[in-house]
Amino acid sequence: MNEITLRLNDEPARLPAGTSLADALQAWHYADRRVAVAVNGEFVPRSGYAEQILQDDDRIDIVAPVGGG
Amino acid sequence: MNAAHDDALMLYGEAFASRFLLGTALYSSPTVMQASIQAAGCEMVTLGLRRQNPASGDGDAFWQILRDSGCRLLPNTAGCRSAREAITLAQMSRELFDTPWIKLEVIGDDYNLQPDPFGLLEATRELIGQGFKVLPYCTDDLILCQRLRDAGCEALMPWGSPIGTGLGLMNRYALTTLRQRLDVPLIIDAGLGAPSQAAEAMEMGFDGVLLNTAVARAHRPALMAEAFAEAIRAGRKAHLAGLMQQRQTASPSTPTVGQPFWHREGG
Repeated sequence: MNEITLRLNDEPARLPAGTSLADALQAWHYADRRVAVAVNGEFVPRSGYAEQILQDDDRIDIVAPVGGG
Repeated sequence: MNAAHDDALMLYGEAFASRFLLGTALYSSPTVMQASIQAAGCEMVTLGLRRQNPASGDGDAFWQILRDSGCRLLPNTAGCRSAREAITLAQMSRELFDTPWIKLEVIGDDYNLQPDPFGLLEATRELIGQGFKVLPYCTDDLILCQRLRDAGCEALMPWGSPIGTGLGLMNRYALTTLRQRLDVPLIIDAGLGAPSQAAEAMEMGFDGVLLNTAVARAHRPALMAEAFAEAIRAGRKAHLAGLMQQRQTASPSTPTVGQPFWHREGG
């Protein structure tokens, strides 16, 4: 099976080629978490997770609430 | 009923009884943060977004406390170094917190965490166009503040001094000028270390105060939050009451007429 290599929160990650963002979040155990996602620095709304197919070298940022000033 | 009773802070058409906005970082525990929010009596708290490992459940207690506090959430774009980063993080915040409110930060320098005025204005224009209610963290530069207002900001948040320094109001001339030249609500954001500094800002006519470190790093954060809340209320009342004019020469407050033991020389 073809694999792609990408960056998840600046760490290396691998996925089968053709994986959607929705499936990736499931695989990475984020599915039920309170998070927001950007791919290559662009915000991806929840409604777009299923149709966003991840590509080789994509940079994925997954963020959650923290204390802030 | 006193004059300050119905004195609400209006931000983007919404009324806030409290003029104290509190940050949620740097507390020793979520419980200490919760006690500080309650003692502050604030109605709006700031918070941030950071990369999260799915194995970490750290944020759950934090999130529950904020939700239970009933405070309006004001997510920030802390740490963003460009308009593009700040815009993306604002969009992520809007979805995650289900709010169009954003404390917009675009940092221009690592040494003093000074806002980048050019990136800030660029991001402000874009986000206002996307329907955000932008509260920009800005410097005390008059022209920048005018441009931010012209871009559609209905409130501005100039710094008192650099974040986390506790140095208070570093440039009173610039801040006074902002107050005189701008009609939009102005909230002093960052740099305040003592309640007296917050009171001074309010006496000068600023509409509110946002701080974090001075409370979170106090030995007793909840007590410090209460102290700031009282100082902010006192400063606001003083501003509404109208401060006396300062003068160089003494002027007796007790009547001089009828002064005992006084007699006219040679009379």
